[in-house]
Amino acid sequence: MNLSRQRAEEIFSKVLKYSTADETEAIISSTSYSLTRFANNTIHQNVAEESGSLSVRAVVDGRMARASTNKLDEPSIRQTCEGALMLARLQPPIPDLLPMPGPQMYRAVARSYSETAGLTPQTRAETVAQVVARAEKDHLIAAGVFASGASAYALFNSRGLGAFHEETLSEFSVTMLGESSSGWAKETSPYWAELEPLELAETAARKALESREPQEIAPGRYTVILEPSALLDLLGFLVLDFSGLAVHEQRSCLTGRVGQKVFGENVSLRDDVYHPLQTGAPFDGEGVPRQRMPIVEKGEVKNLVYARQTAKRLGAQPSGHGLPLPNDIGEAPVNIVMEGDHSSVDEMVRSTERGLLVTRFWYIREVDPYQKILTGMTRDGTFWIEDGQIRHGVKNLRFNQSLISMLGQVEALSVPQRTAGEESFEMVVPAVKVREFNFSSATKY
Amino acid sequence: MKNFAKQALDTAVTRGATYADVRVVGIRDRFLSTKNGEAAQVRESDSLGLGIRAIADGAWGFAATDELTHASIDRTAARAVEIARASALAKKHDVQLAPENKIVDHWEAPCRIDPFAVPVSTCLDLLLKVDAALRRVQGVTLAEASMDFRRVEQLFLSSLGSEIYQVKTQTGAGYVGTSFADNEIQRRSYPNSFGGQYQTRGYEVVEELDLLGNAPRVAEEAVALHKCEQCPAGVRDIILDSSQVGLQIHESIGHPIELDRVLGTEANFAGMSFLTVEKLGNLKYGSDIVNVVADATPAHGPGLGTFAYDDEGVPGQCTPIIKDGLFVGYLSSRETAGAIGQTRSSGAMRAENWNRIPLIRMTNVSLLPGTWKLEDLIADTADGIYMETNRSWSIDDRRYNFQFGTEIGWEIKGGKKARMLKNPSYGGITTDFWNSCDAICSRDYWTLWGTPNCGKGQPMQTMGTGHGAAPARFRRVQVGVAYPG
Repeated sequence: MNLSRQRAEEIFSKVLKYSTADETEAIISSTSYSLTRFANNTIHQNVAEESGSLSVRAVVDGRMARASTNKLDEPSIRQTCEGALMLARLQPPIPDLLPMPGPQMYRAVARSYSETAGLTPQTRAETVAQVVARAEKDHLIAAGVFASGASAYALFNSRGLGAFHEETLSEFSVTMLGESSSGWAKETSPYWAELEPLELAETAARKALESREPQEIAPGRYTVILEPSALLDLLGFLVLDFSGLAVHEQRSCLTGRVGQKVFGENVSLRDDVYHPLQTGAPFDGEGVPRQRMPIVEKGEVKNLVYARQTAKRLGAQPSGHGLPLPNDIGEAPVNIVMEGDHSSVDEMVRSTERGLLVTRFWYIREVDPYQKILTGMTRDGTFWIEDGQIRHGVKNLRFNQSLISMLGQVEALSVPQRTAGEESFEMVVPAVKVREFNFSSATKY
Repeated sequence: MKNFAKQALDTAVTRGATYADVRVVGIRDRFLSTKNGEAAQVRESDSLGLGIRAIADGAWGFAATDELTHASIDRTAARAVEIARASALAKKHDVQLAPENKIVDHWEAPCRIDPFAVPVSTCLDLLLKVDAALRRVQGVTLAEASMDFRRVEQLFLSSLGSEIYQVKTQTGAGYVGTSFADNEIQRRSYPNSFGGQYQTRGYEVVEELDLLGNAPRVAEEAVALHKCEQCPAGVRDIILDSSQVGLQIHESIGHPIELDRVLGTEANFAGMSFLTVEKLGNLKYGSDIVNVVADATPAHGPGLGTFAYDDEGVPGQCTPIIKDGLFVGYLSSRETAGAIGQTRSSGAMRAENWNRIPLIRMTNVSLLPGTWKLEDLIADTADGIYMETNRSWSIDDRRYNFQFGTEIGWEIKGGKKARMLKNPSYGGITTDFWNSCDAICSRDYWTLWGTPNCGKGQPMQTMGTGHGAAPARFRRVQVGVAYPG
């Protein structure tokens, strides 16, 4: 059963009872999560878990440490408080450590649905059976997941701050496999009735069927149309670079580039937890309210995000993007919204003389941290476009591409949508058409 | 805890499970890090819970809880059976498991110095000394160092009557010096990138690494990289240091031999494998000198894949994977072994924690040592590049096309290590690459590396794997592939 605010407050009162630190913060959370996994047209894994946790941050004499447990009985709470304090005392003081924030006001976000929390394994299994039937109609093999769950997250501190957030999640993803090809589609939502498993199955099946017997193309620079999931998984590698601390420590690709026009005129990004298609809590890892933050406007790096400690060190204002302390990273924008336009993927295809349509990427890794060169592979539906039409599937390709350069070569954007991938957290992003995307080698399928 | 585990088993069987196993897992973690002269992260956590896996109506179900009360255990075990029955609504055939023996045993991994008994202040003091040594070199703009300790206690009970208690202690440590200059970020890590070296041992791992002694060299190399030439593009012979060989094994041998991938059950996320079953015993995976084993036994060493029993209660084994270049073995589970007609699991089922089911995971997948001295190997190379310490890694979802980058390289000319090279990278196709291996260094150069962060499964599980490797040479490899011309 999910944590209630009242139960969280009860636990925190025990934390305060046992903590003798100068300042004490507690993060109390619960998770209820179920996942049905299918492959080879059958369910092969089906799991459920219930868990809770308490994490105590103690500050004493300018020193700070954290101890966590999933045991919420009184002796364990006491032991965790003592553990955090003991660890804090054993380290050198942290220069200019800020006091914890006091009470804050939060804007409400409604992201918890009882229908999602109550989804049964029988409903998930029946949905999977329908998706398998769709696969078998065209002699395809289906694999995927149908997951649902609920979580609650409370953050309290001894200066009177109290924050509480509940959220549900649901996820459906499907891969359809043919003898020489595959297709993939995925959706997530806090409200499971918004998922469209059969439409996703249809999309994945169509991609698998239309990319049968893929042909080789020579590596090189091509115009590409990146479906939203493909763009999302690339953009995920840029998120940490907008941290004020990362720029200060010169580990960000935006070092020396803040205030400059780094990307194309048609690229604008903001962090906006309040966007109706976004998910997450309206407060950060210290309980500071999250602010909407434009980070790129018409290609110019406009703002970075700041945790309280970073902001103090750098003379900036905290933006509500701090991670739970202590951490090495500082802060990060985790609710990215990219502005789009009104082009559709079909229109992008029609306007392309020669190019590629990419469904998603796989195993993306950073090759060069300052040029922001990324490498990775295409996967599950890559198509050759010629004279405005999709002609055939192509064997998968490896790319080595600077993300910074790529975002200066965007020719068209679709309406942004809630998007899920497999290598980044969810964002609201469009499909994009990009010129001169660099593919460096091919694989065998 | 044993009472809870027995209660869970009994409830599952009473509810109709034809097979069930229970794991009660307790994990204690401590992570310490420093950054630019300050303690950055000082945190500790513990976790205790129970997971039960059941077969009912011929299908799998799993449920887990951290509420260790009799009522919760009954509810969780009943839920596992209910979920299994739901799975059966979309089954194609009944789950069949390869036979296994009942085992009652207790095993504890050797640990000479309990890392949790080492004062935190002692650890932080060493990390801060390393930090200072890194920043003493002009041009180092960021110094980061860390230690990571974990103790895992697990009780496994199954309806076969098995009862296995295991305790493992893992220790990791490492650091990185970063230098930003001239619009370029360069890094050097020691003893390996992405956290350093990890083994299933105690604090003796840290003591043996000589963290402080290596810091000046590492820092100087990070700064010197700005001034050296870019790794050229083209075809070259390459020699990889043992840590990079370890990651090459992980990605291009360890993952493709996972039988669940081969059989398609990871198709939606982690991917499949080019090693389809007809290749077993027939594929020339590598050159004749390439011999690889998946060895979980303590005799192989204290790797992150060392254990006495896997999480299905199957004894840890040494499985030949590549013998004299020929592909001869998979990593398997009781279910997948039976599916390809093998009589026994290779003992590779591992779960991240109590709230995750076991999946087929690498144990210690190691390249057996050859005969070369590294100095002789370099002297034997007319025109090549020596590459050291991984910087980036990527491979396709069937494990053919790979690309790696390393932190540093050196040109080899006329049998001598010559100028330093920055941004080295290489790429290729798995079997072509391993067939191009013509020299492997000897046991003296062999290290059992730990990879603590291998991801797989939905929901995602992170697992530690081991990879024994020595420096090795590969002929005519595409280098400089990561940087667009």
